Amino acid sequence: MTRVDGITWDVVVVGGGNAALCAAIEAAETGARVLMLEAAPKTYRGGNSRHTRNFRCMHHGPLSVLTGSYEEDEYFDDLIRVTKGKTDEDLARMTIRDSEACLPWMERHGVAFQPSLSGTLSLSRTNAFFLGGGKALVNAYYNTAEDLGVTVRYEAEVTHVTVEGGRFQGLDARIGGQDVRIEGRALVLASGGFQADIDWLADAWGPAARNFLIRGTPYNRGVLLRDMLDQGADSVGDPTQCHAVAIDGRSPKFDGGIVTRLDCVPFSVVVNRDGDRFYDEGEDVWPKRYAIWGRLVAAQPDQVAYSIIDSKSINLFMPSVFPPEKADTIEGLAQKLGLPGNKLRETVDAFNAACRAGTFHPTELDGLATEGITPPKTNWARPITEPPFYGYSLRPGVTFTYLGLRVDRTARVSAGGARLHNIWAAGEIMAGSILGEGYLAGFGMTIGTVFGRIAGQEAAAHVA
Amino acid sequence: MSLDITPTLTATEEARRQVEICNACRYCEGYCAVFPAAFAEREFADADITQLASLCHNCRGCYYACQYTDPHEFALNLPAALAEVRVESWARFAWPGPFARLFQTNGVALAAALVVGTALIFAAIRALGTGAGDGFYAYLSHSAMVAIFAPAFLFPLLALAVGVRRYWAEVGGARVAWADLKAALVDAGRMRNLSGGAAEGCNYEKGDRYSVARKHAHHAVVWGFLLCFASTSSGTVLHYLFDMPAPYPFLSLPKLLGVPGGLLLTVGAVGLAVLKLKADRALGAAGAWGGEMAFVILLGLTGLTGLMLYAATGTGLVGPLLALHLGTVLAFFVTLPYSKMAHAAYRLAALTRDAQQRRARG
Ligand SMILES: Cc1cc2nc3c(=O)[nH]c(=O)nc-3n(C[C@H](O)[C@H](O)[C@H](O)COP(=O)(O)OP(=O)(O)OC[C@H]3O[C@@H](n4cnc5c(N)ncnc54)[C@H](O)[C@@H]3O)c2cc1C
Ligand code: SF4
Ligand code: SF4
Repeated sequence: MTRVDGITWDVVVVGGGNAALCAAIEAAETGARVLMLEAAPKTYRGGNSRHTRNFRCMHHGPLSVLTGSYEEDEYFDDLIRVTKGKTDEDLARMTIRDSEACLPWMERHGVAFQPSLSGTLSLSRTNAFFLGGGKALVNAYYNTAEDLGVTVRYEAEVTHVTVEGGRFQGLDARIGGQDVRIEGRALVLASGGFQADIDWLADAWGPAARNFLIRGTPYNRGVLLRDMLDQGADSVGDPTQCHAVAIDGRSPKFDGGIVTRLDCVPFSVVVNRDGDRFYDEGEDVWPKRYAIWGRLVAAQPDQVAYSIIDSKSINLFMPSVFPPEKADTIEGLAQKLGLPGNKLRETVDAFNAACRAGTFHPTELDGLATEGITPPKTNWARPITEPPFYGYSLRPGVTFTYLGLRVDRTARVSAGGARLHNIWAAGEIMAGSILGEGYLAGFGMTIGTVFGRIAGQEAAAHVA
Repeated sequence: MSLDITPTLTATEEARRQVEICNACRYCEGYCAVFPAAFAEREFADADITQLASLCHNCRGCYYACQYTDPHEFALNLPAALAEVRVESWARFAWPGPFARLFQTNGVALAAALVVGTALIFAAIRALGTGAGDGFYAYLSHSAMVAIFAPAFLFPLLALAVGVRRYWAEVGGARVAWADLKAALVDAGRMRNLSGGAAEGCNYEKGDRYSVARKHAHHAVVWGFLLCFASTSSGTVLHYLFDMPAPYPFLSLPKLLGVPGGLLLTVGAVGLAVLKLKADRALGAAGAWGGEMAFVILLGLTGLTGLMLYAATGTGLVGPLLALHLGTVLAFFVTLPYSKMAHAAYRLAALTRDAQQRRARG
């Protein structure tokens, strides 16, 4: 393998996910000499992007696999709703507008799309699904990058960026276990958030974070985010917050990805370790509520909860990756789940007694609510009476963190309000600039694609 | 934990373990018929797994797209898992049983069949002596050929029919409606599932890059085979109905069909063999690789020896080449219900069943 030190690269891209690849491809298409440094080994390349399934795209009429139209204002309203206004309107609108041109660009660079997956029809207008998911997208981009002559190094963790007088001078990396000094004329940072650094999460969130599961890659440890912040780079986003959803408690610590999600909550009663209910399971349709359950479970003792259903509901949600625990009695189920049997019995009995007659509609808010218990269950409240009974354990699964580098419309990073001369950022590492709170399905990949492309173009123009 | 991978899982159990993970994921839905069929179920009986396995043609798209492949603890390798199930199920369905695994997985057995077939034809030529006919009938009379090949052709068809019947019973197939069969034939003819959905091609010989090479090579083999078959059939018709026995001139139906057919078959088989050498063996049924490769070579040899025989017309080589060609054809047909060739029948059955199920789902 040829050496990557001892030469001055035009553009050095740090990271190996969607944002890094878009930047590398754009830069290489101008003829620039591009080096990409990916911390993960080749089998795990692609960061959290390898776990994605779709991206959210504005369009004026049917476009590729997208139906109908999805205009800027509707898109922006959706964003305002989830972020509760915590966004930079100018950057957000620019991102939304640019998303439309991204889809054909992605197709030209090897990404194939498929119609909305079964079980996700509600997204067929707004979100374009990648055929085979994010790993297929990542593979396509690596092939395109290779064809364009981009040099890629795996197991290449960048540990420090040398910034002097507002100018990127070079960086230190460990490549395949060797310390290497890399020189370059422009730098694109696309190394994701810090959610895989459990110590950092625990600092920000408290010791409870040690029980969190990380849904994506173990390689996004925020090493460069911290390095840049330590050197005075401007930050954006709440450092104490992360996006966490309730996932199957038996999932792997890292990289469990999409399959660990559980959609049974609205049809269940959810209890904590002590067998007590703690929140309205039927507050809203699941896609609108699944993100708050990460926090709810995180606030329970031992950061664990249990979702209990009966045989009436077992087929109402997407199949789970691990089979549920199953028993013919509530006490038997409690034993399997490690819950106090009498207590669970009492909770379920109290819940059952509070259920009222009415029509059950699994797919819409049916108003079938409990009476006389706290917390209430305001929809889909049917008694848990028909054996066999099923139970799943729930734990918080972190998707990403919000703290990031502040960028402008050209993806340029700044320090003390002044633009750094030759450093750009794209993807999760700057997403807090637009997504200050909450999450909009498919928007992570949109931000990464739009800003990755801009960063690549800008960096290449700088060295041209 | 239920996902712990114990080495004691049978092929069907291992495939079920993987399909259940897919069912919680669904990212590969657009690749082929396997996924929509799987995602219509929540639980998978053994027969469901057999059906899914037969719908898979090992394009490997879902392997390279999967975020859960080794070294991830979920250890997904759906193309290999389904290939193992196919190998086992064909062995289970094959009739008579003992031959089943032999030719499917064992290249040496297939080569032996070729040698024995050729030797038999040589012996026949020796024993039955020269007829009064022209061309290759001067070596082996038409009636002797019919006596050898009619049973060698009809028995394998019967054996295969028994296998397919067993398949149909296992997967719980209903009465076949013409619409289902038509849907299956159209899918097979276009090789819709070999197209990798929107991706245009397989991930076969170029790893995670898509390629249409396998699809084209497979097409060449199929059309080559059908043309050769049509050539022989047209010869039979000319012989019996029009009293026009071989040899035929170049501008005759048997030759106009047979020469391009032989070329396509040979070129396609060479292509498939080369691709098979380049592709990653760990994504197929590892134990069946030899048998599959031998089959591809045998298929190519039927085309090649036929062409050589034609090229040798009028020379002293006709005798040995005739024996070689007929021996190849003999080996091909006799092993057909047990070799990779059986996949054509089982896949068609699986596609027909899939059309039925799709219709039932609406
Ligand atoms: C399970 C899951 C499903 C998701 N589904 C969707 C979806 O469907 N649609 C959507 O829009 N978003 C989705 N997201 C969010 C989405 O994954 C992110 O928004 C997006 O991938 C961010 O892209 P990125 O390139 O910035 O980061 P990543 O893809 O995470 O890439 C970061 C890269 O940087 C590398 N890296 C980190 N530190 C270093 C270092 N020091 N040196 C060198 N390299 C380093 C990592 O190895 C990695 O390759 C999902 C997230 C998860 C966890
Ligand atoms: S093969 Fe992997 S990516 Fe594809 S559906 Fe199955 S689990 Fe998902
Ligand atoms: S290998 Fe190809 S045909 Fe088989 S299941 Fe995967 S995508 Fe479908």
